[in-house]
Amino acid sequence: MKHTISILVENEFGVLTRIAGLFSARGYNIESLNVAPTLDYTASRMTLVTRGNEKVIEQIKKQLNKLIPVIRVEDLTNQSHMERGMMLVKVQATEKTRAEVLRMAEVFRASVVDVSEASYTLELTGKENKLEAFLRMLEPHGIIEMTRTGPVGMRRGAKGFSVD
Amino acid sequence: MKLSGAEIFVECLKREGVEIVFGYPGGVVLPIYDEIFKKDYFRHILVRHEQAALHAANGYARAAGKCGVALVTSGPGATNAVTGLADSYMDSIPTVCFSGQVPTAMIGTDAFQEADTVGITRSATKHNFLVKRVEDLALTIRQAFHIATTGRPGPVLIDIPKDVSTATCEFHYPEKVEMRSYKPVTRGHTAQVKRAVTALLGAKRPVIYSGGGVMNSRGSAELLTELMGKLNFPITQTLMGLGGVPYDDERFLGMLGMHGTYEANMAVSHSDLLLAVGARFDDRVTGKLEAFAPDAKIIHIDIDPSSISKNVHAHLPIVGDVKVVLGQILKELEAKGKQPDAEALKIWWHQITEWRSKDCLNFTQDMNGPIKPQYVVSQLHEKTGGDAIITTEVGQHQMWAAQFYGFKQPHRWITSGGLGTMGFGLPAAIGAQLAFPDETVIDIAGESSLLMNIQELSTAMQCKAPVKIAILNNGFMGMVRQWQEMFFGSRYSHSYCESLPDFAKVAEAFGGVGYRIEKPEDVGPTIEKALAIRDRFVLMDFSVTREENVYPMVPAGAGLHEMVLS
Repeated sequence: MKHTISILVENEFGVLTRIAGLFSARGYNIESLNVAPTLDYTASRMTLVTRGNEKVIEQIKKQLNKLIPVIRVEDLTNQSHMERGMMLVKVQATEKTRAEVLRMAEVFRASVVDVSEASYTLELTGKENKLEAFLRMLEPHGIIEMTRTGPVGMRRGAKGFSVD
Repeated sequence: MKLSGAEIFVECLKREGVEIVFGYPGGVVLPIYDEIFKKDYFRHILVRHEQAALHAANGYARAAGKCGVALVTSGPGATNAVTGLADSYMDSIPTVCFSGQVPTAMIGTDAFQEADTVGITRSATKHNFLVKRVEDLALTIRQAFHIATTGRPGPVLIDIPKDVSTATCEFHYPEKVEMRSYKPVTRGHTAQVKRAVTALLGAKRPVIYSGGGVMNSRGSAELLTELMGKLNFPITQTLMGLGGVPYDDERFLGMLGMHGTYEANMAVSHSDLLLAVGARFDDRVTGKLEAFAPDAKIIHIDIDPSSISKNVHAHLPIVGDVKVVLGQILKELEAKGKQPDAEALKIWWHQITEWRSKDCLNFTQDMNGPIKPQYVVSQLHEKTGGDAIITTEVGQHQMWAAQFYGFKQPHRWITSGGLGTMGFGLPAAIGAQLAFPDETVIDIAGESSLLMNIQELSTAMQCKAPVKIAILNNGFMGMVRQWQEMFFGSRYSHSYCESLPDFAKVAEAFGGVGYRIEKPEDVGPTIEKALAIRDRFVLMDFSVTREENVYPMVPAGAGLHEMVLS
């Protein structure tokens, strides 16, 4: 099963390698990983998506906690939470299809970030399945290139996820 | 006052109470070596290979109950140290290793003797650091010792670029070390302790199974012995846990696992409750997982949460320091004021006695035949009264030492359990000997293992460590040969050495004393002679039966109850 895990780490060099190294050394997969500093610049927050049965996920969480620079680990999967990813997609836009591509962008509430004679570049934020659906709709028009982040996530409600 | 990085290094080590550093100098650590020369705060033991520095630090740490310290240079110095770090990591031995690094401005330029030491050692250490500013050095050293010695102990490496040793800054020694991301739990959860005691009292076929955690938690062996006595439960130990209770206590069933005793493996297989104390359910202990203690409720005490339910599901986990948790259990037992099920225990002990009557470690020494390796180990026990500090290399001799030596006390058995590093025993013996100069320290060795770090005889000579080396010489890589005999149609592919040296002469060439023993009647008297020599090392080369096998044996992939007895 797919799990989304939030990790708070010390913002120091090498910490990303420690996390990645742990996954490769123990044979776990990283489906996606996002890292950025938090409001407190001494700490970074990661959102990591991985797959495994309950036993594997339990071991992943324990092994993450065992790394010295890891401050907190939280598995979002079984809690009420939100996840959002961001995508940039460059799609062909001919005279015939320009309007349709724009209409699709409007439906998905994507924004146009770049225009050329033959293309639009669109930016879309949302859940994984929304991004997937958008790609499916653009596919017939000819996708030139696409890049996307893995999801970032947090728990719903007033409770935060910080150092203390 | 401003100090250089090298000065800060020696000041910090002094404040950490470091008495011995095992090391080998080289280009980028010269500023540090110069300061060691000037200050003379601690003893420096010059090894002959950096791997040995780490093994010696490991042996010292385990005997003395302190943090082992090693110092190596950059590049090959650091890469040579990797095996020693990995060994300490697998066996959770507190060590701090300092490595030199090329100057910060040259990092990444493929400079002379440059290696990505932090990258290479990341997965062989509990944690590692690259110090980029001299201002960070003191705090990093403080944190390294803290991390190495607390929680589940392990090796920590600090990589120090040359310019960091020579740069200066104001020296502040951080008295307290507080890390928000590292706070190991030592006290067991009270409710879990209560549940555990209830389970212990209700057990009908209980077994205590203890491991290396008992060694790492100093003072816990006494509590373990007390608990075993109060409950009258049988106890078995892992390779790493030997000495946790006295070997001659009738409740001690011997080691369990691949080369464990019949009674220990049968008791575990038929138990209804297993109390695991500082042990990690290693594959050499469990055999086939599905067949391991299938009917047992498992209580698992361990300081490392990731050890719990990693291989075998623990029904009742207690995360905490073994000594603290055993103390909590003893207290709770007393508060409850109840006794375990005496009637059930009587039946259980009756069954265990029956298993024990197989006498699975029985062997006969024909005084007119070749020397049996088991006989040598038994004689070593007899002549030392079971009080020596024993180190080993890895292989058959290691298992015979574990099976036949018999340890009265904890911290007297120093072996490479997890990584299984041939070449470990001699440097580890030197480390242990330096911790206890007046004790008898014996490296029970195989001839193949010993050759892997035999250059350390030179170290033993220089630092006047009167270690004893007992080679059980069968001319084979014994354990490899045993597996080839049993599982590869006796095709002894590259498991023997044709041109072994005359070890007695090798010993003499290094300045020590060497004996070659070929007759059973000479075994005891030679050991006596060796034990009397205190001013230099002694090597005893015992010529033993060539194709002796270690039994009992649980074949790889089989269940513990499927062991082969002969």
